[in-house]
Amino acid sequence: MWQAFVRWFHKWSSPKWFYTMSQPWSFWLGWAATLIIATALVWGLLFAPVERLQGNSYRIIFIHVPSAFLSQAIYAAIAVLGLVGLVWKMKLAFFVAKQCIPVGASMALLALVTGAIWGKPTWGTWWEWDARLTSMLVLLLLYLGLWALHNAMERPESGDRAAAILALVGVVNLPIIKFSVEWWNTLHQPATLKFTEAPPMHTSMLIPFLMAILGFYLASMAWVLMRTRLEILQRERKSRWVEDELNRFSEGQ
Amino acid sequence: MAQVLSAVGLDCERDDRHLFRDLSFDVSGGEILHLTGPNGSGKTTLLRRLVGISSVVEGVVTWFPNSPESTGEPCEKIWYIAHRPAVTLLQSPLENMAYALALHGIRVAESVVWDALDTVGLRGFEDVPSHQLSAGQQRRVALARLYLPLEPDRVRAWVLDEPLTALDVEATERLKARIIEFARAGGSVIMTSHHGLDSETVRTLALGGGS
Amino acid sequence: MTLLPLLSSVFRREMQLAYRRRSDLANPLLFFLIVVVLFPLGVTPDMAKLAEMAPGVLWVGALLANLLSLDLLFRSDYEDGSLEQMLLAALPPTSLVVCKVGVHWLVTGLPLTVMAPLLSVMLGLPGSALPLLMLTLALGTLSLSLIGGIGAALTVGLQKGGLLLTLLIMPLFVPVIIFGTGAVQAQVAGLPWLAQLAMLAAMTTGSLALAPLLTVAALRIAVGD
Repeated sequence: MWQAFVRWFHKWSSPKWFYTMSQPWSFWLGWAATLIIATALVWGLLFAPVERLQGNSYRIIFIHVPSAFLSQAIYAAIAVLGLVGLVWKMKLAFFVAKQCIPVGASMALLALVTGAIWGKPTWGTWWEWDARLTSMLVLLLLYLGLWALHNAMERPESGDRAAAILALVGVVNLPIIKFSVEWWNTLHQPATLKFTEAPPMHTSMLIPFLMAILGFYLASMAWVLMRTRLEILQRERKSRWVEDELNRFSEGQ
Repeated sequence: MAQVLSAVGLDCERDDRHLFRDLSFDVSGGEILHLTGPNGSGKTTLLRRLVGISSVVEGVVTWFPNSPESTGEPCEKIWYIAHRPAVTLLQSPLENMAYALALHGIRVAESVVWDALDTVGLRGFEDVPSHQLSAGQQRRVALARLYLPLEPDRVRAWVLDEPLTALDVEATERLKARIIEFARAGGSVIMTSHHGLDSETVRTLALGGGS
Repeated sequence: MTLLPLLSSVFRREMQLAYRRRSDLANPLLFFLIVVVLFPLGVTPDMAKLAEMAPGVLWVGALLANLLSLDLLFRSDYEDGSLEQMLLAALPPTSLVVCKVGVHWLVTGLPLTVMAPLLSVMLGLPGSALPLLMLTLALGTLSLSLIGGIGAALTVGLQKGGLLLTLLIMPLFVPVIIFGTGAVQAQVAGLPWLAQLAMLAAMTTGSLALAPLLTVAALRIAVGD
């Protein structure tokens, strides 16, 4: 059992194997994600019933909540991948971790923008120092720091390891940041109307909502896979198989 | 003589170029390994890997392989004098020496340190801030530790990156003699230099040449 | 047993260097002073309003001043090659990092803490809040130096590390400033403040345990490049 796992792990940790095997995966994941998100959004935005308290403006949760979920999940994934890369010296984990950054940052940005749009009709302002929005802003800054560190390092291998350390520091801090911001927020202002604080959601809302979350997960995976494939080509460009692969492209196949 | 260092399968690739590939060698006590090669052939990188601070070289390096103290980085048994000589400019030669000794966990009488500085020709400069010294004199501050009369098994190997740069003729000859003397006493020296060394214990390892 | 005298000579070297670079070290203190002076000019001279903001202003000023001085933490050691020797030392490198960060705190965090009462008078902070302000600043700046050390180590090999360092470290400072100001504000408002202080102390202890390890790992990357 364990040995089978180790074999499997070794196989998948080879960039070439990953490159070859991920092609159909990124393709099908991408399509599945598109379909599911499209269904969820059409259902959620057009057919789901109006919410009792917030009217139509609640509908932004079909985008806002999935992107907020993903931005946090991806940060955790980056930290785990970084740890795997540091401990087992696994290049592929670093490649995936690096390409998770722009995806996660986009999700954080999307969550912030949709949060602001939701805030306008609900609070009457584009920005409110709401605990969730504030910690999302901090998360976006953490993402930007990771990306900037990668770009500042001369050797990509050093960038990988430096960013892994930073991601580990960040992931230890993230719960503390969230806790402190929530605590700070409750101290400074009375509890405002909060996102998704109404769990007894009606089924006709819940199904498209869960679909949207699933769709965002699949879309992020597909996006990370595609980006990682490019990263592999770039980083392994000296190896024989990448040359062959690129020749195959340039010959127009 | 006991084996001091074994390097197996060293491999370094930098900026799309293989500096060296599958390089293996041993160094025994009493031996001087002279690394030669053109600029940019990876000599400094190799030395940095040997002392364990380079992450760009693949392969296995074992210091003191057949002794119980065998480890990856037995730093306290080695003097490593790098290209950047670790001379803090805001400190005097004396303070620099004291710090280098503290990092190595070596405690010697202060008069011994004064003597070593005297030997490398820094008499009268012991208390001058190092930024007032010339480039050659700053080099000598780092080299002074090689002239300390330590017990033979306290520091067993020297790893020297271009130790003879910026030195005048007299200091060059003195250092060469000191290196040979250290090897005679059973120490090992791994060094890069564009100067030759005359001793029967010198072995040359040429890097580069597009292997 | 043998570790202690060695560490004390390392500590002496760091203090000596700090003393010889004292003009560099005056910069953060001056910066702190300027922020606190500019603030009333920019916002309001009304003492009552200033008093309300005083804990926050003092904390933000101290944080920025600390950030300003972090870039120098490992830079000269990196440039002259001493850092390589430290990583090869017979002493555990974490102990050297603790020494360096400790000295950094002694020459920035502690003076900032000592300056704070003087500046708090200019902002009309009630005198009864002073002991707690100083305690939180002392604890908080230590934790800032420890966390900031990781960032300084990550960016030490870069030509223009200063701005990047700010971006990397700023988000991590969020809890420190929240609990630091929170404690003082609570005390001024007559509310319980022990919880905030405890959180701040916990953060400092936690960073004391973890930050040196990560700093050494980051320094190895910078040096091994």
